[in-house]
Amino acid sequence: MATLLIAPLATCILLVLATVAFHRDWLNRFAGIIASSAVLASGAASAVVVLGDGELTAMNGLLRADALTAFMLVLIGAVGLNATWGSLAARDASEGRATTYPALVVAFLFAMSLAVLADNLGILWVAIEATTITTAFLVGHHRTRQSLEAAWKYVVLGSVGVAIALLGIVLLYSATVAAGSPTLSWTVLDQATMPLDPGLVRMAAGLMLLGFATKAGLAPMHSWLPDAHSQAPAAVSGLMSGVLLSVAFYGILRVQAVTDAVIGPDLMRNLLIAGGLLSIAEAGTLILRQRDLKRMLAYSSIEHMGIIALAAAIGGPLAIGAALLHMLGHGLAKSSIFVISGRILAVDGTTEISRLHSLLTRRRGVAIPFLAAMAALLGMPPFALFFTEVAIIIAGFQRGLGWVMAVAVALLLLAFVGLGRQTSNIMFGADPDHVGDLPGAAGQRDRSWHGPRVPLMIALGATGVIGFVAGPFASLLSEAANVLGAGP
Amino acid sequence: MPDAVFAQAIGMCSAVLLLSAVLLVWRRAQVSALPLLALQGLVLAALVAVMGIQQGSPELLAIAALVALFKGIAIPLALARSARGEFGGAPLINTATSLIAMAALTALAYAVSSPLDALGSGPTIQAIPIGIALVLFGFLLLVTGRHAIAQLIGFLVIDNGTATVAILSSGGVPIIVELGVFLDVLLVILILYVLTGRIQDEYGNADLDDLTELHD
Repeated sequence: MATLLIAPLATCILLVLATVAFHRDWLNRFAGIIASSAVLASGAASAVVVLGDGELTAMNGLLRADALTAFMLVLIGAVGLNATWGSLAARDASEGRATTYPALVVAFLFAMSLAVLADNLGILWVAIEATTITTAFLVGHHRTRQSLEAAWKYVVLGSVGVAIALLGIVLLYSATVAAGSPTLSWTVLDQATMPLDPGLVRMAAGLMLLGFATKAGLAPMHSWLPDAHSQAPAAVSGLMSGVLLSVAFYGILRVQAVTDAVIGPDLMRNLLIAGGLLSIAEAGTLILRQRDLKRMLAYSSIEHMGIIALAAAIGGPLAIGAALLHMLGHGLAKSSIFVISGRILAVDGTTEISRLHSLLTRRRGVAIPFLAAMAALLGMPPFALFFTEVAIIIAGFQRGLGWVMAVAVALLLLAFVGLGRQTSNIMFGADPDHVGDLPGAAGQRDRSWHGPRVPLMIALGATGVIGFVAGPFASLLSEAANVLGAGP
Repeated sequence: MPDAVFAQAIGMCSAVLLLSAVLLVWRRAQVSALPLLALQGLVLAALVAVMGIQQGSPELLAIAALVALFKGIAIPLALARSARGEFGGAPLINTATSLIAMAALTALAYAVSSPLDALGSGPTIQAIPIGIALVLFGFLLLVTGRHAIAQLIGFLVIDNGTATVAILSSGGVPIIVELGVFLDVLLVILILYVLTGRIQDEYGNADLDDLTELHD
């Protein structure tokens, strides 16, 4: 059974070595897809095993999978598959120059998988820092001044952010040393049997939250995010927005479970409420002002991380289960829409919103999946985000956070209006100055999807039905919430 | 090692660490920044070595050697080559302001360190606030630095501060984590180094004030 946990990591390592060593064209094209599939398969298989027999461990306990890990692996694999497969065609154009691109994407998937598989808080940190390392040159991939600036800000702010988290981890470790059994293992820390010093844990908790929140894109530590997510190639933007933010948030959820047991939930709850509301407010007010499609999508990711932060603040099985499902729904929808924005860039040569008028009549094949993904992101039924947002708001009222939820709903409406207005500009807006500017105008209807259809159909379809047919998924979600101490 | 010597060695090392950080923020004549950074790396290595001898841990001695090699020698040398002599632009705050800021940050470091009393007392625990002060100084360098290399130095000082806290508070985190962290930091430095080169190629210098393409 240990192979289940080692397999995705080993596959990624082999693929990185193979792409670097052999330079085969097909290998470069499919490496990301193979790696994501391996992670997805391992996640699904370990979910089955974990729900049956409990935890899995491997490599002398360095790797461990519980229900939450299995869920996160499924998330990484599914979003990764959608992003890499969906941008297969679009990638050829931008790739040419750098043969390191596929190796870096696979290494990125490796780092995220290691982050959720590690049983050790220190290794989780190392893996999260490794995601910054592997994505730095992917953000700077286009070699323009903008992407260079984005890469610089991303690496400086990202690594300084997680350096704060490292300080917190060091303090938590010293608390365990003082308590007589030095450890950074989740398995031990989760049992909450050690007499850890509350003052020290409080300090550690604040620092770890601050650090991981920087990486998760929560306001006010989000300033790198719109730059990095808008400058990276489409597949990488999809991966970063769709799943890397959630992997960083996974760190917060684990830390919260450990520290809440020692110092009570108030500290983390208040910080998460502040960060969550601020994120949604920031996104809500700035989405309408964005002139670039990918930048606007990046702000939408900040909004969704804010929602997840509020859910974590609320706590309890309903909110945590909904937060995890929200991660999956958002990941699939956001990676789809980034893939589509890559196709728009490839065919129209721009992602500037004012130049992308009347997309619906010009390019039906791109516009319709775009609209579906946007509807999912806006939280329209039947998409999963509708149910998760409702569930989070209900859980908030149940747990006495009514005023927070009222403010959140108002801010969400603002974001909703902003995204809706911008989308309608892209779809229907006919700027008289620009008509005829772009190919595909005036009568020639372009029905091509400009890339693989299947991954987008599966991803958006899954987002559409998962709210109704949670099935075996429901038990995985509730078991994962249990792991975080949110049992009924 | 006798306790008195150990206490003196710890006190000496942490004092030099703080001093080197103060000089880094204060002088701002960037040419001398790299020797100061090298000094800080070597003293950090000495601190790890002292702890290693005290605890009889060969792992810590090996890490001390790695720290001395990379943070004391390799990184400052590489930066010296990349900086090409000049760092451009004055820092955003003047000397007087930076001195007041450092005094305030040092006081803050001691103020926020009160929970550390739970770890007991002793020369190592008493020196922890210096590590935290180093982290805060690193932030100061980072937010006031206008040159790519200046920000890189800020990042290194933050990391040195974290390492100081780690070694003083718990005698170092588990070896596998320690090595992972070390490798990560090296790679981040390498990436920032490469990006600095690209910025220089693109703009003719590495003044971050020129990076104004992205805004809302």
